Amino acid sequence: MTLRRSTPTRAAGLLVALAALALVVLLSISVGAKPIPPHRVWELLFHDDGSQDAIVVHDLRIPRTVLGLLVGAALGVAGALMQALTRNPLADPGLLGINAGAATAIVLGVALLGVTSATGYVWFGFAGAALASVIVYGIGAQGRSGATPVRLALAGTAVTAALGAVVNGITIVDTRVLERYRFWVVGALGGHDTDTIRQVAPFMVVGLLLALALARPLNALALGEDAGRALGAHVGRTRVAGAAAVTLLCGAATAAAGPIVFIGLTVPHVARALCGPDQRWVLPYSAVLAPVFLLTADVLGRVIDRPGEIEVGVVCAFLGGPVFVALIRRRRIAQL
Amino acid sequence: MTRLLGERLTLSYDDRTVAADLDVTIPDGSFTVVVGPNACGKSTMLRALARMIKPREGQVLLDGHAITSLPSKEVARRLGLLPQSSIAPDAITVADLVARGRYPHQGLLRQWSPRDEEAVSAAMAATRVGDLADRHVDELSGGQRQRVWLAMALAQETPLLLLDEPTTFLDITHQIEVLDLCAELHEDQGRTLVAVLHDLNHACRYATHLIAMREGAIVAEGDPRTIVDADLVEAVFGLRCRVVDDPETGTPLVVPAARRRAGAASSSS
Amino acid sequence: MIATAPAQRGAAALAAVRRAAPRRTLGVCGGLTLAVLALLVVAVGTGDYPIAPLDVVKALVGQGDSATSFVVETLRLPRALTALLAGAALGAAGAIFQSVSRNPLGSPDIIGFTAGSSAAAVFEITVIGGGTVAVAAGSMIGGLLTALAVYGLAFRDGVQGYRLVLVGIGISAMLEALVNYLLTRAKIEDVQAASVWLTGSLNGRGWEHVWPTLAALGVLLPACALLQRDLKMVEMGDDTAKALGVSVERSRLSNIVVGVLLTAVATAACGPVAFVALTAPQIARRLTGATGPGVMTAAMMGAALMLASDVLAQRLFPSTPLPVGVVTGALGGLYLIWLLALEARRGRA
Repeated sequence: MTLRRSTPTRAAGLLVALAALALVVLLSISVGAKPIPPHRVWELLFHDDGSQDAIVVHDLRIPRTVLGLLVGAALGVAGALMQALTRNPLADPGLLGINAGAATAIVLGVALLGVTSATGYVWFGFAGAALASVIVYGIGAQGRSGATPVRLALAGTAVTAALGAVVNGITIVDTRVLERYRFWVVGALGGHDTDTIRQVAPFMVVGLLLALALARPLNALALGEDAGRALGAHVGRTRVAGAAAVTLLCGAATAAAGPIVFIGLTVPHVARALCGPDQRWVLPYSAVLAPVFLLTADVLGRVIDRPGEIEVGVVCAFLGGPVFVALIRRRRIAQL
Repeated sequence: MTRLLGERLTLSYDDRTVAADLDVTIPDGSFTVVVGPNACGKSTMLRALARMIKPREGQVLLDGHAITSLPSKEVARRLGLLPQSSIAPDAITVADLVARGRYPHQGLLRQWSPRDEEAVSAAMAATRVGDLADRHVDELSGGQRQRVWLAMALAQETPLLLLDEPTTFLDITHQIEVLDLCAELHEDQGRTLVAVLHDLNHACRYATHLIAMREGAIVAEGDPRTIVDADLVEAVFGLRCRVVDDPETGTPLVVPAARRRAGAASSSS
Repeated sequence: MIATAPAQRGAAALAAVRRAAPRRTLGVCGGLTLAVLALLVVAVGTGDYPIAPLDVVKALVGQGDSATSFVVETLRLPRALTALLAGAALGAAGAIFQSVSRNPLGSPDIIGFTAGSSAAAVFEITVIGGGTVAVAAGSMIGGLLTALAVYGLAFRDGVQGYRLVLVGIGISAMLEALVNYLLTRAKIEDVQAASVWLTGSLNGRGWEHVWPTLAALGVLLPACALLQRDLKMVEMGDDTAKALGVSVERSRLSNIVVGVLLTAVATAACGPVAFVALTAPQIARRLTGATGPGVMTAAMMGAALMLASDVLAQRLFPSTPLPVGVVTGALGGLYLIWLLALEARRGRA
């Protein structure tokens, strides 16, 4: 796609993406076990007339959609950040073990300390996500070639497996935990109320703002550590701030909706294809496009298995997987 | 007399055609060097001659047979290749690595014979890596490592030896060392060598037969003393130069033209 | 031109080097064999009804009393033998995959070949409700189909190690999502049973598990030995190996097929036990100091690890015997932490 990538074009593109997002939001509120026509949705958004439809819209669909917006944006931006920080086109919170870290910490919290609220989850989620990313990077950077994309992916999978064994051990022994865990680990936007959203939103917002502030330093870093330093970027500081942002975003998103894979991986690729490698555009594009994908997957999940639903985590895995494999088959990735 | 040649080769990577309808002949007993600008297809051609890549069209003939019709081990007994990039497995010693060069002469039933021992010792002696025998390859310097890989290729005991940019990452001392070694192998052991070199002056100094390529085609070939002149260098590399005689060897020495500074008088030609 | 003295020195050094390496490897193999036998005796003696090692040996040679012999023959021996055989299969498979992917972290349980087995098994348990044999057969089929899919998708003018790894990771993420989905739709008892299977467990393993596994290994392990020569060459890079006359693609394909079959057999026997395939080859390599894939020593190490882990799993908490996968998972975690410590000590190389 060789669009003339000038600022007006990119801005226009972003507006189009926002329009798409608005459309998907509307869809997300209208579609479900009980379809509600758009014009009724529009009415109900502003006048809560206490009807059955109004309850569905306000208590179920809107919280779900808002969560999808936040989680999607968080995962998309986290993925873009990770890919920029590690200069690795295959970075994804799920593949690099961060989701597993958050999940394990949360399971430990539930099992050992009986934590049940989303805010409780969130702090465990942060700790787990941060620890996991340090470990994965440490292991992946072993050996002569350093932290190449393949080594990081393998290290991430290895750490995920190790943590999985821990979680397995706990859930086998404690059925209570197993019962909660199996519904959380599949990755779902439903079943959460506005309390959850209110608890995780601040962390995500801080993470997003931090990420956007890092856009320019990341552009410099993309040229390599030495080149970036020569341009005046603070490598260490940017890395730490970036890692903090990723931890905030992933920890909060995973605590709220469970581990969701492939969004953080594929959306930044789409964003970069549309607007080029400038992080000042990639980050906002990712923040807008990722919720589009996530909510679309959520809507699909509600439609395919009517009146039940397939959780968004499953849909994302099955849609994102083929995209990932296609990405790998492209020659350009061959230099990994 | 020629043992290795390519007929009407069309070579491509993905959808990019690197060379079309290329005919190349390697004179037997020569030290042939292939030169040319970046992406002219010299490495691709060498790899096609070594059956690393299959030509889209045309064929490579070894001793009159299509190289793809011969069993790979048989080819490996007649033709060796020192590739651009090789991986030294973790913790492998020099002796072990050189010994692996005997693979084409061994089989399930023929594991390790005194003949193999001789070949490996001779290879290590020729490349002077004998006292590195029990060192780990990944501890060695770049120059030493390249000699070890060369020793492995020598242990194969092939009459034909192809080398893909053997001097690229070495400093000048080691470059000359490796090339002098190649000259020894050519003159004293009578092997046919084909090397891709990026340094034109090295090529002129060591080659008995030079092949100059540009954009997938052979522009000129022959004895460097005969074919290398300023016009050829300009045609192949786009470089304006003077060609003088190397004071050490009498072979052509390419001296690039000085940068014209505005207003300065040009030096006498 | 060539002075004789340096040539003789070189030749002597060469001969010394070539003799030393196999000697150490043989020593390690001998040690491992003894370790495996000792662990076998200990494993057979472990359980609700502890049996002293001497009594175990007596029972094994047919001189024990009837009660002990019964326990040994019907319960303990098949379980221990399953552990031994599955461990050997995993160790060998791990060595093969690490060599093919040119990466010490490339392991069949890591790159997704077991995800297919798991998905099929969970499907059997939660949807079809089959017994142990059906689950084992299902997991075998699932694993093979997945491996086929991964290989096919990674194939593009041949298969490079990295592409295989990455496609494997991608496919296994999808299959894990499927497993999670199935687990949310199943009854809690089935979920528990599935969870135990997914962790890797040797509970209730009988002779019906031992014989097929033994038969499979009887074919596959010799195949490994035959294929190892070429595998060693390919480790030096595709070009170098080809230049030496190795059919690189054929070697890679054959080795992957054998590796996949070994993994499928092991997974069918005891579920996807994590980290044996990853750690056994690395530990074996550090012991022998040898270069090359070291498939046979890895197999022996795998057997030892599996037996030791099962003994530990049963004895760690006397009241709650754990599935063997929990111990191997912890082992894996420790291994990864050790890798980290190594990296920290060495500094960024």
